[in-house]
Amino acid sequence: MNEPKTLRAKAALLSAFFIAFILLVWYAATLPTKTAAPTLTAEQSEYAKLMGKDPQAGGGAASKSAFPTPAQMGSAIVGHLSDPFYDNGPNDKGIGLQISYSLARVGLGFSLAALFAIPLGFLIGMSPLAYRALDPFIQLLKPISPLAWMPIALYTIKDSSISGIFVIFICSVWPMLTNTAFGVVGVRREWLNVSRTLQVTSMRKAIEVILPAAAPTILTGMRISMGIAWLVIVAAEMLVGGTGIGYFVWNEWNNLSLTNVIFAILVIGLVGMALDLVFAKAQKAVTYAE
Amino acid sequence: MRYFDPYDADAPLMMSCACGRHASAAAHEAASAASATRELIRRSQTTAFEDYSNDFIEASLVKAVFPQDAVRRRFLRAVGKGAAMAAISSVLPVASLQAMAQDKGAIEKRNLKIGFIPITCATPLIMAEPLGFYSKQGLEVQVVKTAGWALVRDKMMNHEYDASHFLSPMPLAITMGLGSNPQPMNVATIQNINGQAITLALKHKSNRDPKNWKGFKFAIPFEHSMHNFLLRYYLAEAGLDPERDVQLRVVPPAEMVANLRAGNIDGFLGPDPFNQRAVVEEVGFIHLLTRDIWNGHPCCAFGTSTEFIQKNPNTFAALYRAVLTAAAMARDPRNRELIAKVVAPQAYLNQPEAVLTQVLTGRYADGLGNIVNVPARVDFDPMPWQGMAVWMLTQMKRWGYIKGDVDYKQVAEKVFLLTDAKRAMREIGQQTSDGSAYPKYEIMGKTFDPNKAQAYADSFSIRKTPA
Repeated sequence: MNEPKTLRAKAALLSAFFIAFILLVWYAATLPTKTAAPTLTAEQSEYAKLMGKDPQAGGGAASKSAFPTPAQMGSAIVGHLSDPFYDNGPNDKGIGLQISYSLARVGLGFSLAALFAIPLGFLIGMSPLAYRALDPFIQLLKPISPLAWMPIALYTIKDSSISGIFVIFICSVWPMLTNTAFGVVGVRREWLNVSRTLQVTSMRKAIEVILPAAAPTILTGMRISMGIAWLVIVAAEMLVGGTGIGYFVWNEWNNLSLTNVIFAILVIGLVGMALDLVFAKAQKAVTYAE
Repeated sequence: MRYFDPYDADAPLMMSCACGRHASAAAHEAASAASATRELIRRSQTTAFEDYSNDFIEASLVKAVFPQDAVRRRFLRAVGKGAAMAAISSVLPVASLQAMAQDKGAIEKRNLKIGFIPITCATPLIMAEPLGFYSKQGLEVQVVKTAGWALVRDKMMNHEYDASHFLSPMPLAITMGLGSNPQPMNVATIQNINGQAITLALKHKSNRDPKNWKGFKFAIPFEHSMHNFLLRYYLAEAGLDPERDVQLRVVPPAEMVANLRAGNIDGFLGPDPFNQRAVVEEVGFIHLLTRDIWNGHPCCAFGTSTEFIQKNPNTFAALYRAVLTAAAMARDPRNRELIAKVVAPQAYLNQPEAVLTQVLTGRYADGLGNIVNVPARVDFDPMPWQGMAVWMLTQMKRWGYIKGDVDYKQVAEKVFLLTDAKRAMREIGQQTSDGSAYPKYEIMGKTFDPNKAQAYADSFSIRKTPA
């Protein structure tokens, strides 16, 4: 046990070192170029002011690179996190609220997809006929980018928030469907034979034999789906607007505020990681170690 | 930027914001926006402004019904003021505007959703919210920022929005079913006139002659836009075929600036504040303001579906009145600096206030080291002259967006809510003359007569549709 512990400590140290290194490079790269404030005529000084470079504000304003310094980034993060749930009307909400909107959309679309895909996957897995009949459709629909559905969804559903949920649904369905089917097909012959000799009903067979055996694969499918759904929601919300973390990115991009866009990227990454962890835990819980 | 500079004479010792009364620069901005809002509300409540805005609205209405001055005078002399007002009420849904001022109970739909795109064109529409002009008319309005023009179209078509900020050719295109199913839309007011520019990448600062722009890549925000038509017109006047000699790409405004920085495009004809933003970001310069192509050209519009107006005439009237009041406020140059503060925050345009001030006041840095003073860079004249619609249609025809024959005036009159004098006069048994809402326009030195639209559309040597 001692060996892995030191390894872990070493890895943590190395990670910390990487972070420090990245921050240092970032800091150096965005260091303002100090120029001695030249003596300007009134006109020149007004021009500088219009260009967002106030000559009176000290030499510091000389660097007007759009890329934020680590300090600016830090204060932006603190600013956003100090009041994550404020709500100033439809166009200005805190980051916490935006994330909640996105999570709600993902949750809804994902649950609908699970309700649809897991039973269907079971059916496909248990019946070779259904498998053969549906396979061409699955193969055709699976590779379509979920966002390509967006215009059709908007046009037919006629509601942008439902369209967003539909896009999440459509991107979550395929991995769950194929993984469920794969898991069901892969259930050990012996177990099925045992159930046949015991003459259990097919319903009981499905729930008590196949489901537990296929559960790890099904959860893998769900985990993949969740990953894709979280990837897609950001893009979908950038298109549809309104609320959500994707809209937040779009709005800040419209403002050309890289600081806030980077902040949003970090948040998206963290939330995605948390979602993945949840599914990893669930997967572990249902896996039967032989 | 230095965070702690005790030697800065203008910074407070707390080193927080410029005035020293707020914890951070953001709080300072919020407070200054709030105080600007308060000041504008105060101004809007003075009797002087109320008289002014009432006159403004009434003048807009009378102009709408009698676009030709001679006809208007003859009519008024013949029937007197009272009968004229009655006649106006009989033809325009906006006539209930008069009644609205007294009777606020008749609103059919109180909660409204209005879409906007975060650009300065939307100013009257946006500022009417924080200034309380909507609530004054008894409306609960949500102005909702929208991610793109195609989405505005879709959300209008599926009734998510009750009314919206449009590019002024959009209602024409939607009504005719270009790029969508046809659904009748109306333009109630023009949101702003002028207010756009051609911005070029800095590397072209010594190449200002459009004749040399062969091979350039330009960005425009949407196909059915004045931006597209004006840029094509400008290039064609210089002898370039916009279909073949240059590349036109539909790009969202924020990406225009980013693409300019990346060297991906050579320039754009885009909405403000992004022209000024490109200057402030030091990636481009303002080559020319579109007012130099057509002084007084319409840009964005405020409108809704014909169905909405028919179902909710009083609501529409109240909405119309609120937006016109805001336009009256925005027209006054003395208010512009405060307006910049009001529309700058996150909830609205989400842009640096300094950029908006330059756009709205017309005193701006051009990106080449000069300060330019053009107070008319943006103006807010709400009249939706049908002649403007006819011009847009001629350009749609010219560039092949419309195929086949067009009844220019019929479409214009269907979409642009100016009811012509003829109808009003016939209603009360008056003789009508040929006068209508079609003033002539001067566009790059050429006269456009809306009464000879087809001939005008055919007159261009550079065009897409075969003669």
